[in-house]
Parts: sequence; structure tokens; C-alpha cells
Amino acid sequence: MSTRTSDLFASLPERDDAVLARLHQRLAARAAADGVLDVAYRTVDSPVGPLLLAATERGLVKVSFEREGHAHVLEQLADDVSPRVLNAPSRLDPVARELDEYFAGRRTRFDLPLDLQLAHGFRRAVIEHLTDIGYGHTASYATVAAAVGNPRAVRAVGSACAKNPLPLVLPCHRVVRSDGSPGQYGGGEAAKLLLIALEAG
Amino acid sequence: MSLEPFETVVTRYGPMVLRVCRAVVGPDAADDAWSETFLSALQAYPRLRPDSDVQGWLVTIAHRKAIDQIRAAARRPRPTDTLPERVTEAPAALWESDVWPVLQHLPPKQRACVAYHHLVGLPYAEVAAIVGGTADAARRAAADGIKAMRTAVAAQEVRA
Repeated sequence: MSTRTSDLFASLPERDDAVLARLHQRLAARAAADGVLDVAYRTVDSPVGPLLLAATERGLVKVSFEREGHAHVLEQLADDVSPRVLNAPSRLDPVARELDEYFAGRRTRFDLPLDLQLAHGFRRAVIEHLTDIGYGHTASYATVAAAVGNPRAVRAVGSACAKNPLPLVLPCHRVVRSDGSPGQYGGGEAAKLLLIALEAG
Repeated sequence: MSLEPFETVVTRYGPMVLRVCRAVVGPDAADDAWSETFLSALQAYPRLRPDSDVQGWLVTIAHRKAIDQIRAAARRPRPTDTLPERVTEAPAALWESDVWPVLQHLPPKQRACVAYHHLVGLPYAEVAAIVGGTADAARRAAADGIKAMRTAVAAQEVRA
């Protein structure tokens, strides 16, 4: 009768990662089928570093660079969209595929359902205009400000681009300073230059 | 203070909930109990108060799902033939041959009290809040369960 209580359960594994991985996958699939997977996300590798992709049932809601801190971005999504956030790659498969084609130089525009709920008012007007700047072209902050009907709002355009929830897909990397220097970018200046060079062929 | 992404909850508590499900409903039904628990938790999650005790909340849901399963199993006719031997090399195989044969003969309430106190570490007051009854009754049920397990393990060792 000397068995310690903890020994009674010694053979019951603390973790069973193979089973947990399978159960996680099943949970994500059932949550999506039941309409309670409010935010699905995955990460992908890219020439501008690891990207976090997140989508609601309506469409792609967030693309973020590693320097933004993926854990922090997920916490923001839980606050701003819904705490029903799961790592569920399949919803993001079409996004990952189009990004791969873009980085391989085989795609010049994205054809994806987007959910713009993280951008409001003037900022939303700015990012919706970004797709008017064609692949391989750039426009100055001042030009974009004029295009959205507020030529004096150059700084506001800058901050709208900085807060763009969907970089790459809504191409804020095509907006540069009037002197031709790249200016700010959420993914860092090197990433912005890389994307401009990629599109220049 | 706000709710964490549900993914964080699954990562942190998934292994604990699986252990509890295995101890309470056994190896065959544990996967379904785990799935039902987390699906139900995900549905309710946005309504959870941010300062809640998430672990206790999950064990409470798991307990409800386990009771549902035990009741459903009791309604199903039991197979009288010996089951085909399951081919599995998972780490779970060892405990299935080891712990579950001992646990499965305990009354469900004893199994639950043993699991929630000894595997999860919940105090008896919290165990009682989940299974019903008083903290003293939960303590007695867990003690009786552990005693029965020790007796069964000793008997196994004598046979071995």
C-alpha cells in the first residue's frame, strides 16, 4: 500500500502531442462548419520575412510583418474582431497561394475577398484607393491625398498607409515620398524597397 | 484586461483537458469528450468574463460532456464479445493497459473527484462546485477512489 498517488497516474502522459495536433485540426474544422471560427490565422514564409495572415468568414482581415510581433497582433484581433481566434490554415490557403504567385513575379493583382473592418473613415478611403496605383508604379503621398479628395491631408495619408491592415494585398508599398525616397513602411524600409524592385522586374 | 485569443487557451489547457477526459471517460471516448468540450467552450468564449478562472471553467464544461457520454454509453447495449485488439504504439497505449483498467471500475463520481483534485489540482471546494455536493463529500469520494486504485494496483502486482 506504499504507492504514491502521483505514481498511480505515472503512465498517463502529461502531453500527447500527436493526439492533440489531430484534435486541434478537428476543432478548427468543426468550428468553421458551425460558424464559430470568427478569426482563422496561419503564418507563411516570404521574401519579406514570416507573415501572419488572418481571415474572418467575410475575407482577409489582417496581414502583418514579423516586426509587429505576431502574438501582439493576435491579441489585437481578439480585442478588435473576436476572441474566437484559432490557428486554422485552410481558410488562408487561397491567400497563401496568391502571395506565393506574387512573390514569384507571376501575379500583378490580388483577387481575394477582403474584410476591411479594421480601417475606418478617411483611412479606409485611402487604402481602398491603393489598388488604383498599378503594379510596378508608385505614387507620392501628396498624389494619393489629392486622389481621395483631400490634397492637404498628406500626413494623414502617411498614417493611413502606416496603419494599413492589409499590406501587400492593398499595396501601400507603392506610395513613396515626393523626392522618390521610400518613406515609412510597416514591414521596414528594406522590405518596401524589395517590393518596389520586385515589381519593377 | 481582455480575453486572450482562444488559440492560447487551447495551447495552455488542451493537454490537461485530454488527461482529465481520459481519466473520467476512458481512452476510447476521450477524444470525443475533448472535442465537445473545446467546441462548446469556443462557442461560449466571447461571453466569458475576462477575469474568469479559465481552467475551472473548462473542467466544468468537460465534466458536463463526460457525464453526457457516460449516460449515452449506459443506454447503448454493451458488446459482450471481446473487442479486437487495438494496434496502437501511441504513448497512450501504456496507460490504457495500466491506469484505465483500474479507473474504469470506480463509480463516475469517484473518477471525477480523483481526476479534478489529483490531476488538475483543484481544491475540494471547487471539485464540489463542479460535481455537486459538499467539499467533504468530494474529499471522501476522491479518497475512496484513490484507495480502490491502490488496492487494484497491488492486486495487479501480486498477479504479475
